[in-house]
Amino acid sequence: MKKKGAEILIQTLIEEGVDTMFGYPGGQVIPIFDAIFHNTDKINFYLVRHEQAAAHMADGYARSTGKVGVCLATSGPGATNLVTGIATAYMDSVPMVAITGQVTTNMIGNDAFQEANITGITYSITKHNYLVKDVKDLHRIVKEAFYIARTGRPGPVLIDIPGDVSKAEAEFEKIEKVELRSYKPVYEGNPKQIQKAAEVIMKSRKPVIISGGGVIISGADKELRELAHKTGIPVTMTLLGMGSFPSDDELSLGMPGMHGTVYANHSLQDSDLIISVGARFDDRITGKLDAFAPHAKIIHIDIDPSSIGKSVLVDIPIVGDARMILRELNKLVSKCDIGEWMQHVKELKQKNPLAYKKSEDVIKPQFIMEALSEITGGDAIYVTEVGQHQMWAAQYINYKTARSFLSSGGLGTMGYGFPAAIGAQLGNPDKTVIDISGDGSFQMNIQELATVAMNRIPVKIIILNNMYLGMVRQWQDLFWGKRYSFTCLARQARCPESSKCPGPGDQCPEMIPDFRKVAEAYGIKAYDVSKPADVKPLLKDILKMKEPVLVNFHVAMEENVMPMVPAGSALNQILDHALA
Amino acid sequence: MEYIFSVLVENKPGVLARISQLFSARGYNITSLTVGETDDPTISRMTIVVDGDEKIMDQVKKQLNKLIDVVKVVDLTSLPQIERELLLIKVNADKKMRSEIIEIAEIFRAKIVDVSDSDVTLEATGQKDKIDALIKLLKGYKIKELARTGRSCLPRSE
Ligand SMILES: Cc1ncc(C[n+]2csc(CCOP(=O)(O)OP(=O)(O)O)c2C)c(N)n1
Ligand SMILES: [Mg+2]
Repeated sequence: MKKKGAEILIQTLIEEGVDTMFGYPGGQVIPIFDAIFHNTDKINFYLVRHEQAAAHMADGYARSTGKVGVCLATSGPGATNLVTGIATAYMDSVPMVAITGQVTTNMIGNDAFQEANITGITYSITKHNYLVKDVKDLHRIVKEAFYIARTGRPGPVLIDIPGDVSKAEAEFEKIEKVELRSYKPVYEGNPKQIQKAAEVIMKSRKPVIISGGGVIISGADKELRELAHKTGIPVTMTLLGMGSFPSDDELSLGMPGMHGTVYANHSLQDSDLIISVGARFDDRITGKLDAFAPHAKIIHIDIDPSSIGKSVLVDIPIVGDARMILRELNKLVSKCDIGEWMQHVKELKQKNPLAYKKSEDVIKPQFIMEALSEITGGDAIYVTEVGQHQMWAAQYINYKTARSFLSSGGLGTMGYGFPAAIGAQLGNPDKTVIDISGDGSFQMNIQELATVAMNRIPVKIIILNNMYLGMVRQWQDLFWGKRYSFTCLARQARCPESSKCPGPGDQCPEMIPDFRKVAEAYGIKAYDVSKPADVKPLLKDILKMKEPVLVNFHVAMEENVMPMVPAGSALNQILDHALA
Repeated sequence: MEYIFSVLVENKPGVLARISQLFSARGYNITSLTVGETDDPTISRMTIVVDGDEKIMDQVKKQLNKLIDVVKVVDLTSLPQIERELLLIKVNADKKMRSEIIEIAEIFRAKIVDVSDSDVTLEATGQKDKIDALIKLLKGYKIKELARTGRSCLPRSE
């Protein structure tokens, strides 16, 4: 039977299991929107207010459900607005299919109205991309795109569809199975390498496991827990690995790296063996590379061969799926002889707990995180923006299950959290979804309040409002002589020049915007909170509400995230002024 | 160090851009690159010669393998291989000098492919060293223009 390109696209999406999409219309995608119009019983389409948010929503949907997220934008500016969202997904291995309209095939390359070479622009931020030149290829390409996005190391795939291809007709012949001669992901780990790893693990006396985002992606959290408990080896979770191992487990060391716990970092530095599962030794984790874990052998389990040996030298690489490899490895290991080491680790933990100076006058951001953790009992999906609040969320909330913490780790995209939380909420309608936001980050996709309000999406928005681009201010505070150049978000024309500003105080102007009023303008319930005593009662209240809510927490303005390993320092050169 | 990669790729638009982008993103200049269809018209062979250090090239090799359109990557750097390059070179030559140039061409087994009153065009194939040597000699006669194809390589059979 003959069908229009746009119908073939939508039929294939439905076949691939898509029931939720995010996007924004424009000239070249009208045919696609028309096909969606006829399929609203099968696809819930969400109209965003900026295409970047559509990409982040697809990302949040994908990270929280494990399914492929789908977003749609028109040619030119619509497509380029997706770029940050695609790059964010690429860095964190998120399965996504981004569909863009393109100018008609006869106009491509002519600087036509709303033309952008989006396949060219996204070569380096997609796992693969396609320009569909012939409607006959469309069905196959969409099938391939989903296959590529969700298999191996997942990632975003972009499909660029010229307007005339969407309108043209072709015979719709279904392909059952996708075969790509040049793409064959390896899942099974080499048994000899696994055997070697088991031997090294059993011989080790000071081992540490690093659990990364790959553990969550491959669904290996259960197997990782088994490995840790069977051997007794402690586990540190990367930012993307949060939730892959319960933070309150006795063997948990929390997060390693720049804002990691003192005990995770010292344990890594003192270790004789690091077993890294689905983590990629990012520079935020290793600190100064030459000084990283100088006595440790390294076992690196990763599905992407190019992640192995990229930064640290690896002794035992195992390429494959974390879950399949851990299953085999677990058969070969038993309790390790590491009593002395665990004594050392325990002491490190006792001597250097995460800490902050408590206050009864001003709300400490860490206190809100602890309160959230306590009230939800970990039973929620936490989504963050980027900045200090992101680090406090990683440090002070106990994560218990995989896919309960979503954050832009690789790209560090401010503005990610709010739309990603919307995507997560739509993928998990029965769960509590909380966007932990900063006053800076929230303004990067604040327009999505409309999407939330109009669809009554019950996300809880929690702004830790310190009136600063806090994370950058912290660097200025610690390493740039406290010169707060353009990081104060309350700063107005009537303020004294930056060099004469005495710092935050009573003389400071009100912050613009008033987030509560903004939310209310969208018809969203909102609160201002400035007293520590009000934090818990309010959180309890709003978490019961079945509607979207925004809370503007006025928090300590110059609080710094501690501990901190300054960029370029060894992991055991830790600043900790938290209690000073 | 100089690396030589022989890469089999899908014969599709955009593949060359994807590949050259991998190198340029890391600040590496491709010394030479040849592309041509193989016996299978859906597959092309690229020969990429590039200077770089071992760690980065190891990474580049893995990244090449990761590209969906790349079917196979062979690192020929340390393998026995056959290497050829073709040169077309147009040299100033009035009637007096012509015979000298023809003599040089014979030594290098180069062909004379075009002659005019004022110049001679030669065609030569061989390994890079030979081509370099020929160019060096011809510099004495003022080179008008030259074009090198870049190196094409295949591994030697056992
Ligand atoms: C899109 C983008 N621009 C700039 C940055 C650099 N940056 C990192 S954290 C940060 C400050 C974030 O401020 P806010 O959202 O208020 O969070 P806080 O650190 O105050 O908790 C900035 C500007 C970034 N990560 N992303
Ligand atoms: Mg802030």
